[in-house]
Amino acid sequence: MRRFSIITSPALWVGVFFTALLFGMPQLAPAFEWSFPGVSPPVFERGSFFALWLSHAGLVLAASGAATVLGMVLAIFVTRPAGRDFRSLVSTLAAVGQTFPPAAVLALAVPALGFGPRPTIVALFLYGLLPIIENAIAGLEGVPGATREAARGMGLSPWQLLRDVDLPLAAPVILAGVRVSVTIAIGTATIGSTVGALTLGTPIFDGLAGNKLPFVIQGAVLVALFAILTDMLFARLERWLQLPGTQPAV
Amino acid sequence: MIDLDHVSKRYDGRAVVDDLSLTVPDGAFCVLLGPSGCGKSTTLRMINRLVPFDSGIIHIGGEDVRGVSPETLRRRIGYAIQSIGLFPHWSVEDNIATVPRLLNWARNRIRDRVTELLELLRLDPENYRHKYPHQLSGGEQQRVGVARALAADPELLLMDEPFGAVDPITRDALQSEIARIHAATKKTIVFVTHDIEEALRLATVIAILEKGGLAQWGTPLEIVDQPASGFVRDFVGGETAAASNCSGCAGSPSGCGPAKPLRVSPYRPRLRCAMRWPR
Repeated sequence: MRRFSIITSPALWVGVFFTALLFGMPQLAPAFEWSFPGVSPPVFERGSFFALWLSHAGLVLAASGAATVLGMVLAIFVTRPAGRDFRSLVSTLAAVGQTFPPAAVLALAVPALGFGPRPTIVALFLYGLLPIIENAIAGLEGVPGATREAARGMGLSPWQLLRDVDLPLAAPVILAGVRVSVTIAIGTATIGSTVGALTLGTPIFDGLAGNKLPFVIQGAVLVALFAILTDMLFARLERWLQLPGTQPAV
Repeated sequence: MIDLDHVSKRYDGRAVVDDLSLTVPDGAFCVLLGPSGCGKSTTLRMINRLVPFDSGIIHIGGEDVRGVSPETLRRRIGYAIQSIGLFPHWSVEDNIATVPRLLNWARNRIRDRVTELLELLRLDPENYRHKYPHQLSGGEQQRVGVARALAADPELLLMDEPFGAVDPITRDALQSEIARIHAATKKTIVFVTHDIEEALRLATVIAILEKGGLAQWGTPLEIVDQPASGFVRDFVGGETAAASNCSGCAGSPSGCGPAKPLRVSPYRPRLRCAMRWPR
């Protein structure tokens, strides 16, 4: 039964399809040549798609990883008695980070950090912070007051309260925030190619600059599949982590 | 013995508990009774330092509660609250084992203790041990809450309207349970309620609180027969009528039927029937 559910899982098939395209894109050259006669070469070949994906995933991992760590630390801090006064300040700052268009952050970061992956990571990090912080705060604040009161009344220390009660009960909501943030970051990372980062956006911008539509399609399809696949894997993770007696957040 | 000595608590300059002194003897079932906002819950929560008090001193068994860390103190005191506060992500067994685990009991000892407590609360251990709170009825959850409070065998049990959120029939059963447990274990219990019938039924001694101060301290009979003030008389309600109407159940509590929830009527003919009888 369990095996059956894995074989019929959409995540598996999206994963297989994505991997096949990632490595097999050059084999599709005749199809692109036929669809778009006159474009040469028909498939992006300034680098392998696998290398582009690896770099793309690395950027997202670095930015989202940092955003998750900082977002969690801030959310935990502002939901403790000591940091309660900073709650609205943190929310506001995170919201400002979100309203800044990543393209503008890139433009501002390049003079400071130079071309390459670094300004991209900064832009993705700032852009991804809000959903993580907001969800983590919502999750931690959503832990029932009676449960925390009972925990304190039985003698759990503040650290035990956080580790044994707050975090496990808030985990589904926190994870949902990370999921949103990572999925957005995967799509947004493509613009890093405009400042010299290697991403799956590189063929897209090359295609736009050189009027080569097949490149745009190749990059866009891979980015979309990557984002969908990641989202599906997060959904599986959420189900796997789901605590007995609790509901999934989404 | 719990000894509150001139204890006060203010929120924003307003005294919620005002220079309160009372002594709960060992083995007593002390009910803190009063209307909403009288400070009874705050008083209870000051005993295990969930609410820090501003002035005065509280001793438990001669020991200043501020002499140890709040965590150490609370692990020695059983605590049960109205909305139960069971950990939804832990099984019944894990919930009951909370304090023993904090105290690093051996695994076998915890297991045996959980079995013992489930039996004490009349829940079949093998059936309930691995269930989660959402699989239980309100009454069963409340029983687990009481079992959890008793887990580390504390000398003192604090209960904050523990049966406030269950239906009258279940509440009646739970009241019988806690009375039985009190009789069997001789633990000191401090119990907060606004339900006069619950108080009369369970208490060996009642403290009626009014605006953060003590309006009357006495046995249920004293409270009913000799109200110390108009406030107590009004709160207990139409007592002369009650005394004369309670003829049908003079002998035993079994003739009284289940306690009724608080009624507004000044005539409370069944009031005395609600008392535990004989004491």
